[in-house]
Amino acid sequence: MNDKNKELHQNYVKKLTREKRLIRLTQLSILIFFFVMWEVATARQWLDPLLFSSPSRVWDLFLTRIQDGSLFTHTSVTLFETILGFILGTVIGTVVAGILWWSPFLSKVLDPYLVILNSMPKVALGPILIVGLGPGFTSIVAMGALISVVITIIVVYNAFRGVDGNYLKVINSFGATKRQSFFSVILPASYPTIISTLKVNVGLAWVGVIVGEFLVSKQGLGYMIVYGFQVFNFTMVMLSLIIIAILATCMYQLVELLERKLIHKHSN
Amino acid sequence: MAFLELKEVEKAFFSKETLTEAIKDISFSLEKGEFISIIGPSGCGKSTLLSLISGLILPTSGTIELDGIEIKRPTPETGYMLQQDYLFPWLSIEENITLGLKTMGKLTGETKTSALHLLEKMGLGDKAKHFPGELSGGMRQRVALVRMLSTDPKLLLLDEPFSALDYQTKLKLEDLVFSTIKEHKKTAILVTHDIGEAIAMSDRVILLNDRPGKIQRVFHIPSELKDLLPFEARNHATFNKWFQEVWKELESLER
Ligand SMILES: Nc1ncnc2c1ncn2[C@@H]1O[C@H](COP(=O)(O)OP(=O)(O)O)[C@@H](O)[C@H]1O
Ligand SMILES: [Mg+2]
Repeated sequence: MNDKNKELHQNYVKKLTREKRLIRLTQLSILIFFFVMWEVATARQWLDPLLFSSPSRVWDLFLTRIQDGSLFTHTSVTLFETILGFILGTVIGTVVAGILWWSPFLSKVLDPYLVILNSMPKVALGPILIVGLGPGFTSIVAMGALISVVITIIVVYNAFRGVDGNYLKVINSFGATKRQSFFSVILPASYPTIISTLKVNVGLAWVGVIVGEFLVSKQGLGYMIVYGFQVFNFTMVMLSLIIIAILATCMYQLVELLERKLIHKHSN
Repeated sequence: MAFLELKEVEKAFFSKETLTEAIKDISFSLEKGEFISIIGPSGCGKSTLLSLISGLILPTSGTIELDGIEIKRPTPETGYMLQQDYLFPWLSIEENITLGLKTMGKLTGETKTSALHLLEKMGLGDKAKHFPGELSGGMRQRVALVRMLSTDPKLLLLDEPFSALDYQTKLKLEDLVFSTIKEHKKTAILVTHDIGEAIAMSDRVILLNDRPGKIQRVFHIPSELKDLLPFEARNHATFNKWFQEVWKELESLER
């Protein structure tokens, strides 16, 4: 009986592994198929190679741009701006949410302004940022942060307020100060929400920074896109897009790693 | 002088639309080492009364004094166990039971060892590194008890601590809590809706009526019952007579 169950279990595990392998294989095939089709379609002029470029051209450009060092400069500038914008947006958003939790009066006063700011398309403020902060690094980072900060404030503040009041009763019965109840209850109870805003903010920071680089047009992957578009060099546009896709995915994976670290898998 | 003294305590809750009188005219006192129970229909203000005594909320009128000092905020002298365990799911059991010590700035190697020792005595010594999500309801309730006892309060407030447990676990925990409280010579107030539990565990039973809650009647449990462990008291010859008496009074309220 026992042996039979063991065998069944082994079969079950085998089936799971097989299924997982099949999924990975299919995913890989789709990717390869996509690039092959792209190459073939542009080589045979089904698609205009001037507009759609081709994987081989993108690869060649990649190699030349690596050799002359310019790709590294553009990529690192954009990556740095994005990470900074992302961190600033999240940290400032969370701190402001904490201040609003601290002062119910302030939160009631600011409520309509938050609603307005939230419904505002933040990228439309780009020109004002550039006028105020100068056409450069600061404006772009500010754009990356601005685009996520308001929604972070709103979501995290609501998470703070949604914490079950009985946890506060527990800590208050031990004579906790407001500061202690914030750091021992409110903040840790809201980690899951904060992490999910992090995930959203990764995407938003990229939007803000790329748009910022469109406007400032000096350097970075966003600049490469605009420049490539203007001089009709779509190979350059494609190369930038692929690099952005890879980097954005890596950042997202990092946030998921942080999530697994921060939120204990046993806490339900 | 009594250890705990309530004088004409009254509490009303206000909101924009409503005014709720939760309790009114509550006066009683408690000597050191006494164990009393409060019973009454649901919504009659039992939890409110405990919150008032704990200092988490203030009465609208009347005074509550602990050792001659008016209670204005939570004091280290009082331990409060809520209706559910409310263990922090993001903290391990060890961190949960030392939460009070840490909050009060009393966490030392010594106090931590004694908290862990208490956990051991509750039969949960091997669970210190686990998380609340991995424990059963009865275990969690015991952890909540340790969390409360870890700061060594003199007065214990227990709000229906056994109501979410199955019957067998409940009977066992009643004995455990009773003997722990007697051993440490604590004063305790137990809120419950279980008449049997009130009689089996306490020296005095205060019956509240509802809306607003006032003291309807006080039952003094004789020593032959109150000195026994709750489980033995439930089997004692006079237990049923007391049960009937309290039952009848409670029935008359619900009509
Ligand atoms: N924070 C509060 N705000 C408004 N009303 C409350 C509050 N807490 C309790 N009440 C009201 O006071 C009454 C007594 O509640 P409670 O003390 O919880 O009763 P019990 O514990 O006996 O079931 C109920 O009518 C309840 O609705
Ligand atoms: Mg209650």
